[in-house]
Amino acid sequence: MSRAGVARGGGFFLLLLALPFFGLAHWVVNLLVFVLMFAIMASAWNLVGGFAGYPSLGHAAFFGIGAYSMALMFHGAALSSGYEPFVALPLIGLVGAVIGWPIAIISMRTRADVFAIVTITFLFMIQTLAFNVRSLTGGSQGLSLPVAPFPAASYERPFYLVLVAMLAVAMLLTFGAMRSKIGLSLVAVRADEDKARGIGVRVSGVKVLAFSVSVGLTAMVGGVWAYYETFIYPQFAVDPLITIAVVLMTFLGGRATLWGPVLGAVILEAGQQTLAYRLGGSQFYLIAYALVFLVIMLLLPRGILPTLEERIRLRRRARVANAPDTPGAARTADAGRVALAPGGRS
Amino acid sequence: MHALVQGVILGVLTGGVYALMASGQTLIFGIMKVVNLAQGAMVIMGAYLAYQLFVSFGLDPFLAIPITTVVMFGLGVAVQLLFLRPLRRDDKSELSLLVTFAVALLLEGIMSVTWSTTYRSINTSYANSSWTVLGYQITAVRVWAFALSLLALGLLFLLLNRTRFGRAVRATVQNPESARLLGIESDRVAALGFGLGAATAAAAGSVYGLLYPFYSGSHYDLISRLLSIVVLGGLGSVGGAVVAGVIVATSSAVVAATVSPAWSEMTFFAVLILVLLVRPQGLFGTVGRGAI
Repeated sequence: MSRAGVARGGGFFLLLLALPFFGLAHWVVNLLVFVLMFAIMASAWNLVGGFAGYPSLGHAAFFGIGAYSMALMFHGAALSSGYEPFVALPLIGLVGAVIGWPIAIISMRTRADVFAIVTITFLFMIQTLAFNVRSLTGGSQGLSLPVAPFPAASYERPFYLVLVAMLAVAMLLTFGAMRSKIGLSLVAVRADEDKARGIGVRVSGVKVLAFSVSVGLTAMVGGVWAYYETFIYPQFAVDPLITIAVVLMTFLGGRATLWGPVLGAVILEAGQQTLAYRLGGSQFYLIAYALVFLVIMLLLPRGILPTLEERIRLRRRARVANAPDTPGAARTADAGRVALAPGGRS
Repeated sequence: MHALVQGVILGVLTGGVYALMASGQTLIFGIMKVVNLAQGAMVIMGAYLAYQLFVSFGLDPFLAIPITTVVMFGLGVAVQLLFLRPLRRDDKSELSLLVTFAVALLLEGIMSVTWSTTYRSINTSYANSSWTVLGYQITAVRVWAFALSLLALGLLFLLLNRTRFGRAVRATVQNPESARLLGIESDRVAALGFGLGAATAAAAGSVYGLLYPFYSGSHYDLISRLLSIVVLGGLGSVGGAVVAGVIVATSSAVVAATVSPAWSEMTFFAVLILVLLVRPQGLFGTVGRGAI
C-alpha cells in the first residue's frame, strides 16, 4: 500500500472511531449506523458484482438469513452484558457463507443475465419462506430479540463501533483481494471468463470463494441490524430494495474500487433518509428513488471515482503534453517514446 | 387423485396466462439480450388500466385489451428509447438489468400513487360462475382467460412468422450482427420489440386482473415466476416460454392442491435449480449465444 493510501485509510477510520464521542444527536448516530451497514454490504457486494462482474440481485436474502439467524439464536434469551450477539456474529457470517456456497456453485454455472435471474429468484424464495415457515420465523408477525441493556444516552455506540470494525474487515478484504492473485483472477473472470479458464485461472474456485465471503459479510450485517431493531418482520428483513440500494451504491461510487462502495453508501443513504423524511411514508418516495436510480445509471454508469480518476488523468496528461515550449514535432516524438515505454523505459 | 386432477386442470388454464406474460419477456430478451425485470410491473400496470376502464366506463376487461395493449405498447417503446437505448454497449447487460429494475420501481411508485396500495379486483358479472364437469370444478373466467391467452399467442405467432416485421425480429434474435448487415434497423426493431413485449404484458394484465386480486407490489410475486419460466423455456425462445409456462404453472398448481399453497411458490425455484443442473440452456434454448 502506498504511504498516502495508509494515511487515507488510517485517517478515515480514526475519524469514524472518534465521531460518536463528539456528542452527536441520536438521529445523526442512527443515520451513521445505517450508512455503515450499507457501506459494509456495498463493499461485500463489490467483491462479486464489481470485481467478478456477477451482478447478484439476491444479497438481501442473505441479509435476511443473517437477521433471522440472530433472532433465532437470541429469541427469548436473557442478555447480561449485551455484547453476546456481537460475539455470535462470526458464526452468523459462517451460516451465510455455508448457505451461499451451494447457491454459488449452482448459479455461477451461468453468466451475468441468468446469474441475476437465479439470485433474484432465490431472494423471493427466501422471502416466501420467511412468511410461510411460521414455526421458525413467526410468519408475518415477526420475531423479537432482547433489547440491549446499553445506557440510553449512548445506546447506538456499541452497534456503531462493531459496524466500524466490520467495515474495516470488509475494506481490508477488498484491499487484500485487489493486491493478490485472487483479485487478479476475479478481474480476469470479469474481462473474459473463457479465456481466463483457458490460461489456467481457477475460475470456479475464486468465483465461489468471492460469493461466499461476500454473502457471509452481508449476513453479519443482517445480524447486527436485527439486534439493533430488536424486532424483525419478513417484509423488512428480506427486502428487494436492500439489494437494489446496495447495487446502486456500488455503481454510484464506482465498481471494483476500494472506496467507491463506501462513498456511494454515504451519499445515497444520507440522500435516501432525507427523501424518506421529506416525502414521508408516501409512495412518491418510491418514484423519486427510481428516478434518482435511472439518472445515476444513465449519466454516471461507471461511478464517481472512476470518472473522477479519468478526468484527473486526462488533465495531467494534457498538462504534461503542454509543458514543453516546442509543440508539434517534439510532442510526436514524445508520444512515440511513450508508446515504446513498456519495452525499455529504463 | 381428485385434488391432483383438479390441480392439473387449474394449472393448465393458468399456464396459458403465464405463457402470454413470459412470451413478451423472452421476446425482449431474444431481441435485445435484456432481462426485463419490469415485465411483472407492466403486467400489473395492464391490470390496473383494465380495472380503471371497467370501473369508469363499465368496459369488460376482455374488450379493454385492444386499448390497454396500445397504451402499453407506447409505454414500452418509450422505456426503450429513454432508458435502454442510451446505455453504453460494453456493459449493457449488467446495466440494463438494473435499469429495468428501476423502471419496475418507477411503475410501482406510479401505481401506488394513482391507485393506492390496497388490493383491487375486477368483479365482472361472470366472475363467480363455474361449470362442473365429471365432478371437477372449472371456473368460467379461467376458461375465457385461457382462450384469450391462446388467441393472443396465436396473433403473436402470426406477427412473428407472417410479417416483414416478424421476420426482422426473428433475424435479430438469431444473429443481431448479420441482421444489421442485411439492412435491418436493429434500433427500430429493439424499440418495437420492447413495445410488443409490453403489449403482451398488457393483454396478460387484463386477464390477471380478472383472475386474482392485485396491488402495486404484486409484480414482485410475478417476476420470479416469469423468470423461472423463461429460463426453463430457454431464454429468447417464445415457443419454449409457452411450453414452460404451462409446465411450471401446472406443477405449481399440483403442489398447491396436494401439498400446501404456501409451498407452491417454491416449485418455481425448484424448477429453476433443476433446469440449471440438468439443462442450463433451457428446454428450447441454444448454447453458445446470449446468456449462457
